[in-house]
Amino acid sequence: MGDDLIVDVEMRFPAGFVIQAALRTSIERGGVLVLFGPSGSGKTTLIRAIAGLERPARGTIACGAETWFDAARSVFLEPQRRRVGYVFQDTALFPHLTVRRNIEYGIGRLQPRVRAGRVEEMLEMVESSDLAERHPRQLSGGQAQRVALGRALAPRPRLLLLDEPFAALDAPARVRMRRMLRSAVDRLAIPSVLVTHDRNEAIALGDQMAVLAEGRIRQVGPVLEVLRRPADLVVARSVGIESVVPAEIERVDQGLVDLRVGGTTLRAVEVELDRDTRQVFACIRAEDVTIERSPASNASARNHLPGRITSIESDGPIERVIVDCGFPLAALITRHAREELALHEGASVVAAIKATAVHLVPKA
Amino acid sequence: MDWTAIWVSARLSFATMVVLLIVGVPVAYWMAFSRWRWKFIVEAVVALPLVLPPTVLGFYILLSIGPRSPIGRLVAAASGSGLPFTFEGLLVASVLYSLPFAVQPFSAAFSSVDRRLVEASWSLGVSRSATFWRVVLPLSMRGVVTGMVLSFAHTLGEFGVVLMIGGNRPGVTRTISVSIYDSVQALDYEAASQASLLLLLVSFTILAVTYSLQRSVWAAWPHGR
Repeated sequence: MGDDLIVDVEMRFPAGFVIQAALRTSIERGGVLVLFGPSGSGKTTLIRAIAGLERPARGTIACGAETWFDAARSVFLEPQRRRVGYVFQDTALFPHLTVRRNIEYGIGRLQPRVRAGRVEEMLEMVESSDLAERHPRQLSGGQAQRVALGRALAPRPRLLLLDEPFAALDAPARVRMRRMLRSAVDRLAIPSVLVTHDRNEAIALGDQMAVLAEGRIRQVGPVLEVLRRPADLVVARSVGIESVVPAEIERVDQGLVDLRVGGTTLRAVEVELDRDTRQVFACIRAEDVTIERSPASNASARNHLPGRITSIESDGPIERVIVDCGFPLAALITRHAREELALHEGASVVAAIKATAVHLVPKA
Repeated sequence: MDWTAIWVSARLSFATMVVLLIVGVPVAYWMAFSRWRWKFIVEAVVALPLVLPPTVLGFYILLSIGPRSPIGRLVAAASGSGLPFTFEGLLVASVLYSLPFAVQPFSAAFSSVDRRLVEASWSLGVSRSATFWRVVLPLSMRGVVTGMVLSFAHTLGEFGVVLMIGGNRPGVTRTISVSIYDSVQALDYEAASQASLLLLLVSFTILAVTYSLQRSVWAAWPHGR
């Protein structure tokens, strides 16, 4: 058994809401676990329990060989001794301390020279060297969140917990933060748990994904796996039915983007991409995919992908059709349309997608 | 003007303020953060001096530090003299009498510190007590100053408790307020008005400075005086 984060807890809320969350994930080689769920599903409470800021009613929490919480044996390790880094949604920087003192706050036990070096290193890592002498109230939302990340990483935690850290940021700041976070945790090899209800964030940052819905962890697995194959209807509803595929930008021309996806090319509309972004995820909602028997000659859709139907699943009047067109593409159509087109597994079809329906998420 | 009495009052107020800072901060911290279900009882006890007549409070304090009480006997055995009608006895009474004026602003200031800052500090491996010194106290500074100033001002103006506990020993327990009372009794209106005006100006100045310092702590203040 390697280093695993094991969470198996029951938490009760005054209103009678109960979370029963069981989760096991390897943290041996770093990586980002996305804890995904709609707002109010208890994600924050769950990572607060991992940090030791909340005490579950029942269960165990273990990190590697250390038991952090065990209700049966009355074990509760104080937050101070868990060595986690915690990044709050609203930064929670100490308002009376400068940026430098904030970052220095958790490493008072290091020797002065080591400490000074560490502070400089963190300032650089979160691109805040020029902000060192400012107070938190003099920082923008994005700057403050970067400093909060630096403060959490300075003591070299064994686990980094992030509670919707980008929720309050505007889109460009968010993309920049994601990239910074990803490179920081990769460089320091610190395993991370990121709470979010934003699918783009999960896609851009996550390696693994755990879906929390209706008080339970419904599914744990690689992000694209979970998005492509939701374990049940609850997961499918909360993650949305969507095809997500890694893609590479080939050409940007007058606001249109040509993407290399699987063995084929997709055309999309450019949105808020950095000049040097090459690796992206292309996201296509199943509702936006049209299935044709043969290519329509004069359709407005920019993408016509020939492929073969690999599966058809029925969900009442709606059918979920997966077409292999170099990559697996999900389409939602009515049963009526399926019957009219005489679709069946193995049939050759053309999937049509408007360029505006291909949504791009830059890889962090 | 009775400068001796002014000096006694100033010494008493200052000493009360210092003792309340030392005693009041832990009590206020406990009141701000404890989740004990019977906490309201302690809160009520701390607030009692706000509503009790000074004579009632003074009476009980006198009984409890008098030579017949266990505490009184203990003190008498240790110091060779009793507490009643001494400066030290007066100090004990003043501390109790001004307790809410220090503890309530302290407590309001501590509990208005964002809980997440405390949690952030804990997550960074900093102990509870170090978190108090490095985060909670610095962010509560204005509330702490308010509490100290109020307890100073309140002690400066106390009268009933002084009479009950301290008596009227010049240079030891005769404070400015008692001195004013004596002057009026002796029909010395000249001395009384001088001392009264001084007390009025000093109290007003202290309170005006306090109000200008901190409005938010004052807003959490449940009682006026």
